[in-house]
Amino acid sequence: MPVLVRIPTPLRSLTKGNPEIQATATTVAGLVEDLERQYPGLKERLLDETGELRRFINIYVNEEDIRFLQSQKTALKDGDQVSIVPAIAGGR
Amino acid sequence: MEKLNGLRCRECGRRYPGAPVHVCEFCFGPLEVDYRYDALKGVVTRESIAAGPPSMWRYKDLLPVEGDVAVGHHVGFTPLVRAQNLAEELGCKEIWIKNDSVCHPTWSFKDRVVAVAVTKAREFGFDTVACASTGNLANSVAAHAAEGRLKSYIFIPADLEQGKILATLVYSPTLVAVHGTYDEVNRLCSEIADKYRWAFVNVNFRPYYSEGSKSYGFEIVEQLGWRTPKHIVVPCAGGSLITKIWKAIKELQTLGLIDGPLETRMYAAQATGCGPIVTMIKNDTDVLVPVRPNTIAKSLAIGNPADGYYAYKTTKESGGYGEHATDEEIVEGMLLLARTEGIFTETAGGVTVAAAKKLVEAGVIPRDESIVICVTGNGLKTPDALQDRLEIHVKIKPSLSAFDQALADLKSQTA
Repeated sequence: MPVLVRIPTPLRSLTKGNPEIQATATTVAGLVEDLERQYPGLKERLLDETGELRRFINIYVNEEDIRFLQSQKTALKDGDQVSIVPAIAGGR
Repeated sequence: MEKLNGLRCRECGRRYPGAPVHVCEFCFGPLEVDYRYDALKGVVTRESIAAGPPSMWRYKDLLPVEGDVAVGHHVGFTPLVRAQNLAEELGCKEIWIKNDSVCHPTWSFKDRVVAVAVTKAREFGFDTVACASTGNLANSVAAHAAEGRLKSYIFIPADLEQGKILATLVYSPTLVAVHGTYDEVNRLCSEIADKYRWAFVNVNFRPYYSEGSKSYGFEIVEQLGWRTPKHIVVPCAGGSLITKIWKAIKELQTLGLIDGPLETRMYAAQATGCGPIVTMIKNDTDVLVPVRPNTIAKSLAIGNPADGYYAYKTTKESGGYGEHATDEEIVEGMLLLARTEGIFTETAGGVTVAAAKKLVEAGVIPRDESIVICVTGNGLKTPDALQDRLEIHVKIKPSLSAFDQALADLKSQTA
């Protein structure tokens, strides 16, 4: 199912400069696989060697942090919007 | 003197030229300003600092400002108060309050970081500054943007305290109230910062902004006569301040400005209703579990702190610890500080005083060693927290006999 994925600046070198791309998946984990298929190299930038989301990356599905959902098992449906956001920001 | 080497990733060490970027393109780690300490050693001395202005800019050589200071010339150098009454109350020998509730011009330590960030925004040629904020930062960015004749966009959670909204609007920024938590506002700002060419002080200007907090640590050490305290209790929201105070102390050590060994322990203070960093410390894990904030300490209500990992590491490396404070304990902490020292701090200060008290009572901080409690904001901004707790004692007609009677009544009540 197609979902819209927002790509942060540091990853756009891998997406040919595209800030937004379409992907097809039923879970966040599946989404990462589809992103890798479309843009090789993306997966290792998102996940560490053990398959966990890297410490300094947060993923949001429809504005909700996936750590408040089912992390990588979070289900996706048609028309969902996914944001990949560097974790380092903010301070009161 | 060439003092900067640009930016460097704190995680993988990759180097970047000085620019308004905050995240390593390769590992997403935070970028930090890289100083040439070899060039600074011997040039930055106790004497050179003492000859500087009575503001945070006496440490300009250790801050990432290369040209002239653009805004906030009078920020910092706030009082370090010997808190004798509070020490007696807690049975301690030596307590100090580093009091940024009177920081010029917007009454919180945020003026330190914003003065650096807005100065850098001008250096890089930006005409608009912005931030995500729980209030204190909003006040400070709006004020310094006004001073620097820059446009400003301030993003806040819509349920912020009225005092902090007014104290932002008065400077004529564009205030954007977002229906969501601070963490949601912050995530939105990360995406906005990616799209618009604005100087977001706590996003793309974060490497410079966060360095301003070091001045708080430099001042503690200088004001103690170049002595380091044994314990420093710091309020934690995003977790940046505690890491930067620690960095400041270590820089002074690197430059040979501190007498004796460095034995300072750093302690994180958070509200029970939003304490993910202290939870990491208590569970001794470097994995942060985000929370949904539920506390009266709104200026500390960050459920997904960017520097949580580094705040945890700071307490661990220094041999310190952390403590939570409930809403009731926060109010008691505010009242305790006001009653003993005549200092009115906001809820965040109540958190810090309450956490320090608990750490002392639990024996984690020994009563006979020096303690610095970090008070970073002003109580007049958050009167709501105390509204239900305080009332006028005596209401009378303007007659002497009415007062005599009221006084007699009061004495009989307390007798």
